[in-house]
Amino acid sequence: MTEGRRVVPTDAPPTEPARLVRDFTPELIDVGTHHLCPGCGEPVAMRAAVEAIEELGVVQRTIGVFGIGCYTAFSNNLDVEVLQALHGRAPSLATGVKRAKPDAFVFTVQGDGDMVNEGLQEVIHTAARGENVTCLMLNNGVFGETGGHMTATTVIGQRTKNSLEGRNAADHGHPILLANLLAQLDGAAYVARGAVNTAHNVAITKQMVTAAFTAQLAGSGFSFVEILTMCPTGWFVDTAEAPEYLGDNLAAVHRIGVLKDLSRE
Amino acid sequence: MSTRLLEGSEAIAEAMITAGCRFFAGYPMTPFTEVLEHMARRLPQVGGVCMNAESELEAIGMAWGAAATGTPAATGSTGQGLSLMQESLAEITLARVPLVVLNMARAQGDYFQATRGGGHGDYRHIVLAPMDMQEAVELTQLAFHLAAEWRNPVLVFGDYYLAHTMGSVDLRRAEFGPLPPVDWALDGSSGGSGRAKIVSPLGTHKRSDGAGYNLADHYRTCAEATARMAAQVKPLAETGFLEGAEVVAVAFGTPGKYVRAAVRALRDDGLPVGYVRPITLFPFPSAAVAEACAGVKAVAVYENNQGQMIEDVRLAVLGRAPVHFIGGLSLDSSGFGIAPDLDVRVIRQRLERVLDGAKP
Repeated sequence: MTEGRRVVPTDAPPTEPARLVRDFTPELIDVGTHHLCPGCGEPVAMRAAVEAIEELGVVQRTIGVFGIGCYTAFSNNLDVEVLQALHGRAPSLATGVKRAKPDAFVFTVQGDGDMVNEGLQEVIHTAARGENVTCLMLNNGVFGETGGHMTATTVIGQRTKNSLEGRNAADHGHPILLANLLAQLDGAAYVARGAVNTAHNVAITKQMVTAAFTAQLAGSGFSFVEILTMCPTGWFVDTAEAPEYLGDNLAAVHRIGVLKDLSRE
Repeated sequence: MSTRLLEGSEAIAEAMITAGCRFFAGYPMTPFTEVLEHMARRLPQVGGVCMNAESELEAIGMAWGAAATGTPAATGSTGQGLSLMQESLAEITLARVPLVVLNMARAQGDYFQATRGGGHGDYRHIVLAPMDMQEAVELTQLAFHLAAEWRNPVLVFGDYYLAHTMGSVDLRRAEFGPLPPVDWALDGSSGGSGRAKIVSPLGTHKRSDGAGYNLADHYRTCAEATARMAAQVKPLAETGFLEGAEVVAVAFGTPGKYVRAAVRALRDDGLPVGYVRPITLFPFPSAAVAEACAGVKAVAVYENNQGQMIEDVRLAVLGRAPVHFIGGLSLDSSGFGIAPDLDVRVIRQRLERVLDGAKP
């Protein structure tokens, strides 16, 4: 996947600075400007989540539990209540919140490094318990915050700062397809994988997030949406090429779709 | 009076429920296991929740989440399990979330872990060390009060003897006065107000304040809160036989009771020995220890470890008397903290040797 694609250096500021193209800030995001990189997919995913919260009418009973990653920029930026967790630990905090306040609407936001590397057992057990919370995993296949290092979801061939020639199975093992893993667990009511690389995918991802939240509101058990997000900085690709790179590489392995929906079975 | 014959673990569980604890999470480990068993049985009966967590990492995380909603919450383990929890314990303190943590320790090797903290950063926990079941019932209730008062974790430092000994115990409710309002806790209801609450170890400001996270400011605020807590929480200690004492023995927890008995036996024989037993290990009762040791010829510290609290005793005594270590790690083959040396005759002999050495 590195062939034919220019490696964009990330050790110097971009020649063209970030500029606001259009402001899509939803009501529940206090301050629209963020300090994430141009082309980052995480604000798009966050927008889908907070729009769904607003549309479902649960703003005044929502508690969001945040992991640690670039998206933590949104943990002090929302007009819903937030509990900030440690890296990897959001599902157990969400469990404590939900068990103590069963009427609260509880969701987590974590990245692939947070959820699949640091705290994998947390989400697996939370799903297996059928904990009535929703976990969102923003999967860009790298530790974005540290500058583009390999995670447990990095796909074979993907360049990272600690797999410069691309991830290879012999040295680095295989990526974990988390949504597929969680879909096998009896406690999971809804499991889906979306992406924010195209307008179409943004739209279906918003539907997935809404369906996951609806499953929680119905008391159906654990719900999960993995959202593939662009990280041009961590991928060392041009910002404008990042959506295509996501589609050609990440989404080719972490395949988009609804993997489990008990409400339709 | 509600005196009952109970195992220490059950007495502590009952004391937690009396103190208002409605959420507990834990993972089995000797000698903590029975506390978890009792909480799993009792909490649902009073409308509470007990979680059998998949590890100590999740146990502390679940307790953190519940505590952030203002629900009186606790977790615990032995020192080994608490080692796993340290990262969260450090961050919970920086998030200013009240939590009670039990260490049903194996012997007393966790003194440094308890009083210095095994986690990262600049934080302190209040540490209470009961010597027996009755005191544990009172201090466990005090732990919930102090946690809520200071929005800080409070550790109750017990051991195998405390957890597994049966005895007659009075479970009466202890009153400690009013608490500040729980206006910081999360329930979701402030969403959409423009000032939705946040509970975070990274800070309490939001970007809509014009501030956002500022770790330098937040850590400074936390340090000031810790300093106030350290200065204002009343250090507790028990003293006895200090009049005319030439040697003062210092011990905490279960060994404190054995040391007290040894001192009493020596006094019965006319030997000038007294004792001081720290009950709060943080804040350490330095003034009480210094006063007890004023003018004595020697201080003798008994701990079931290689010598940890002795550092705090030396800081309290400040060189005004020699401080000798008469303890040492004593375990049977199980490693659970059953101590062959925890014997009044053994302690008495060691104190006599210090007395002999203290003679001019």
